[in-house]
Amino acid sequence: MTMFSSKNWREYPHRYRLEASKFKKSGKTYFPKRQIDPVTGDTEQEMVILPETGKVVTYTVIQIAPPQWGDQSPYALAIVELTDGTRLMAQMTDCDTTKVKIGMEVRIEFRKVQAEADHGVISYGYKFVPKWY
Amino acid sequence: MAGIVGYGAHLPRHRIKVEEIAKVWGADAPSYKKGLMLREKSVPPPDMDTITLSVEAAKNALRRSGGVDPKDIGAIYIGSESHPYAVKPSGTTVAEALGATPDIHCADFEFACKAGSEAMFVALSHVDAKAMPYALAIAADTSQGAPSDALEFSAAAGAAAFIMGSKNLIADCLFTHSYMTDMPDFWRREHQFYPQHGGRFTGEEAYFAHTKGATSAILKKAGMKPSDFAYAIFHQPNGKFPQRVALEQGFTQEQIDPGWLAPTLGNTYSGASPVGLSATLDVAKPGDMILMCSYGSGAGSDAFVWKVTDRIDEVRDLAVRTKKLLEENVIYVDYGTYAKYRHKIKKNA
Amino acid sequence: MREVCIVGVGMSKWGEVWRQSLRCLHTEAALNAIKNAGVDHLDSMYVGCMTSGLFVGQEHLASLLTDYMGMPGLPATRVESACASGGLAVRSAFIEVAAGFSDIVMASGVEKMTDCSGDDATTALAAAADQEYEVFHGATFPGLYAMMAHAHMEKHGTTREMLSAVAVKNHHNGSMNPDAQYPFKVTRERVESSVMVANPLRILDCSPITDGAAAVIVTTVDIAKKLGKPYIKILGSGIGTDMIQLAQRADMTTIKAATIAADGAFKMAGKTIKDMQFAEVHDCFTIAEIAVAESIGKYKPGQAGPAFLAGESALDGAFPINSSGGLKSKGHPVGATGVAQVVEIYKQLTGQAEKGRQIPNSPKIGMAQNMGGSGGSSVVHIMEVA
Repeated sequence: MTMFSSKNWREYPHRYRLEASKFKKSGKTYFPKRQIDPVTGDTEQEMVILPETGKVVTYTVIQIAPPQWGDQSPYALAIVELTDGTRLMAQMTDCDTTKVKIGMEVRIEFRKVQAEADHGVISYGYKFVPKWY
Repeated sequence: MAGIVGYGAHLPRHRIKVEEIAKVWGADAPSYKKGLMLREKSVPPPDMDTITLSVEAAKNALRRSGGVDPKDIGAIYIGSESHPYAVKPSGTTVAEALGATPDIHCADFEFACKAGSEAMFVALSHVDAKAMPYALAIAADTSQGAPSDALEFSAAAGAAAFIMGSKNLIADCLFTHSYMTDMPDFWRREHQFYPQHGGRFTGEEAYFAHTKGATSAILKKAGMKPSDFAYAIFHQPNGKFPQRVALEQGFTQEQIDPGWLAPTLGNTYSGASPVGLSATLDVAKPGDMILMCSYGSGAGSDAFVWKVTDRIDEVRDLAVRTKKLLEENVIYVDYGTYAKYRHKIKKNA
Repeated sequence: MREVCIVGVGMSKWGEVWRQSLRCLHTEAALNAIKNAGVDHLDSMYVGCMTSGLFVGQEHLASLLTDYMGMPGLPATRVESACASGGLAVRSAFIEVAAGFSDIVMASGVEKMTDCSGDDATTALAAAADQEYEVFHGATFPGLYAMMAHAHMEKHGTTREMLSAVAVKNHHNGSMNPDAQYPFKVTRERVESSVMVANPLRILDCSPITDGAAAVIVTTVDIAKKLGKPYIKILGSGIGTDMIQLAQRADMTTIKAATIAADGAFKMAGKTIKDMQFAEVHDCFTIAEIAVAESIGKYKPGQAGPAFLAGESALDGAFPINSSGGLKSKGHPVGATGVAQVVEIYKQLTGQAEKGRQIPNSPKIGMAQNMGGSGGSSVVHIMEVA
C-alpha cells in the first residue's frame, strides 16, 4: 500500500523530536501529544521533550515480519518506560534479539524506521538501542 | 577567527573483517591488510544512513556546545556522497530532528570524500562574515564499493558534526586553504550504484598531489612547520595513504595516531578526516595545534589549522568519545549479512 | 425494554474456502440461519465485518449482501469494531429488537481473508492497531499479544506450558466441531515446537486466517414461541473500549475493555460471573484466553493459567471455555467470529452441540466475549436457556 508522505510528515514533531504533552493537573506526560488528559479530562498542558533513556517493560521478537521489515527479521519490538515514566513502543536495533529482556536499559536513537521500496519516501524516527555507555 | 563550539561523531556498531570479504572473492587477505593497512571496516545496518548518522553526530556536537539553542543555528550543511535521496535534501530532515527549523539555510554538499570539509569551510565562513551566530557542518557517508573491487575492502560509514561559532570555542580555526584541480581519478555517474576509479592513478597525481599541495600551502600561509603541531589528520581512504603523506611531509606517527582510524574503521569518505578530527579533539590538550587535511576525488583538498582552547577539558566527556564508538561493543557480520545490509543481493521487487 | 432472544443460527463453510467469495459465504450463513429459525422475513440486518475493503476491496456490504440474500431493500447496517465486529452486530440487533424498532433482525458477520497475500492480510489485520505508533514501528498482532504474554509471564509467572494448555484444549474441542477449520488435536510438544511467530508466541498459539460467515436471528420471545423452534434469551449485552495503544495502558496483562463489557452485561442481566456455567472467549492467541478469563472476573490475575493446567476450562471442567474449539481451532474470520461465538452458545444451551462436544449436565447460562485489536474494544453477551 502506498504510504502518503503527508501521513508521516504530520508526525515529525513526535518521530523526530519526541514532543509530548504534559498535563498540568496530573503532571502526567502522554506521547504522542493529545488534546485531553484521558484520566483527568484536563486540557491545560505544556509541550515537553521526552528523555532519551529508559527500561524495557515488555518485548517480543518478530520472526514473521510485515514486508517493510522482511530483510530485518527477526527484530525485537519493545515497550519502554522512559526515565520520566512515559511509555512508548518501538523497535530495538543493534542488538542480539536473544538477549533482549525485561528491565534492560535502552537509549533512543534516530533511525530509518521504514521506506516504501527503493522509490518512495523514507520514514525516520526513534528506535531503541541497548544502552552501553 | 571562527571555530568549533561543539563537535561529535557517530559510527555504526557493525564491522566486517578484511578476511571475510577476501574469502568471498578469492583475494589474498594478508596482502590487502599489509598493502592498504586495513583490518576491518564499519558497516551501516539497514536502518542507518547518512541522515541518521548526521542526526546522532549533530546531537553529540550539541551536547558539547555548552547549550547552543538549535534555533540559533543559521545554516546546516551536510557533505556526503551518499545522500539518501537523489532529489530532496538530507539537511532538512536533520535540521527538523534537531529542532533547528525554520529560520535556517540548508544545502547538501557533494565532492567525493571532501564534501564534509567543504561543509566545514563554508560554515566557518558564514560565522566569520558575522552572517549568523552558529553554523552546523556535518560530514557523513555510508559509502558503497563495488563487490570484489578493491574499494569494497574500505568503503565504510561514519559521521562527524561541528557547530561553528565565534564565542566559547573549543578549537579556533586559524587558517584554511583549499587546493583543487580537475582530476578524473574517481567518479560515479548519475544512476550508477557503485563508483569507478582509475586504479593506481588515484595515488601520486591525485591523493598525494592534492594533500601535499594543500598542506604545504597552509603551512606557508601560517608560517608553521610540522613540528609545530600536536596532531595531524589526513584523509584516509585506507590506512596506508594518510600515513605515507604524513611521514613524507615530516609529520610523525605519534602526531597522526589519534585521528588515524582507517585501519579499523575503513574509509568513511566525507566523514574520514572530520571523524579523525573528532577523535583527535577527544584527546587534545588546551593550546594544541592540529592540522587537518581532507581529500576528495575530482579533486581537491581542504586544509585547516586548529588551535585547541581551554574549553576542551570541560566538554570532551559531555558526549561519547569517538574511539569508544570505534573500539567498544562492536558487532561483526559475515559477508552474507553485509551483502544483505548493503542491498547487494538481487530480490524480487 | 423488550425481552430478546435468538431463535435460529447459521454458519457458512469455514476455512480456506477457495470456491466462495465474500457474498457467497455470507449468503450461505444467512440463508442457513433464516431456515433454521423458520422466519419468513426479516425486518432488518446488522452485518459485522472488520475490513472487507482491505481484504477484497469491497465496502458497502449492506447493499451487496441484502441483494445476494434475495432481499434488496432490507434495512441493513454494517458495523465495525475490528475483530469484535461480529459481537457488535449481535449487540446492535439486540438493541433494535429490545427497543421495539424491529421484531426480527438478523445479526451476521463475515470476512473473506484468503483473497490476498499473507503480507496483505497482515497489513489488513494491523489496521486494528494504532497505525502511527504501533504498526509504523513494525508491530504485528502476534507481536502485540506476544508483548502482553511477556508482561503476563513477568508479572504473574505465567508459563509456556499454560499457553500450550489453551491450544491443546481448544484443538481437542475443535476436533469434534464439523465447522472447525483445523479440527485436529495437538500435543503440548507439537505446540512448543511449532514455528516461532513473535516470541514467545508460536504458530500454534495463533488463530488462523479464515474465510467464513455466521448469522443468528434475533427476535422477541413472543415471536420465538410462535415459531416453535428452540430459542435462548439474551439477558445482557455489554461493550467496552480501552486505549488502542498497548503501551498506553496502565496494566498490559489485563483487558480492561473486556472487564467493562462483562460488567455492563452482568449488570443488565442481573447476574455475576459466578452465575456463568461456560463461556466462549476471544482466544485470538493463547495468551488472550488467559488474560480474558481473568479480565471478566472468572479468575484473579495470574490464576487463570494454573486453573487451565488443572483442567478447569475443559469440556468436563468446572468452567468450560471455548467448547467450539475457539478461534484457535475453529478459525477466525474476524468479522464473523463474534457471531459464531453466539452460535456456539445457542448450540450448547439448546443441547445441539455435536457428539462429544456437548457440555455435560445441560448448561443453563453462558457468555460470549468478543474482542477487537489488542483489547481496544470488547463486546460481551450473556445468554440463558428459555
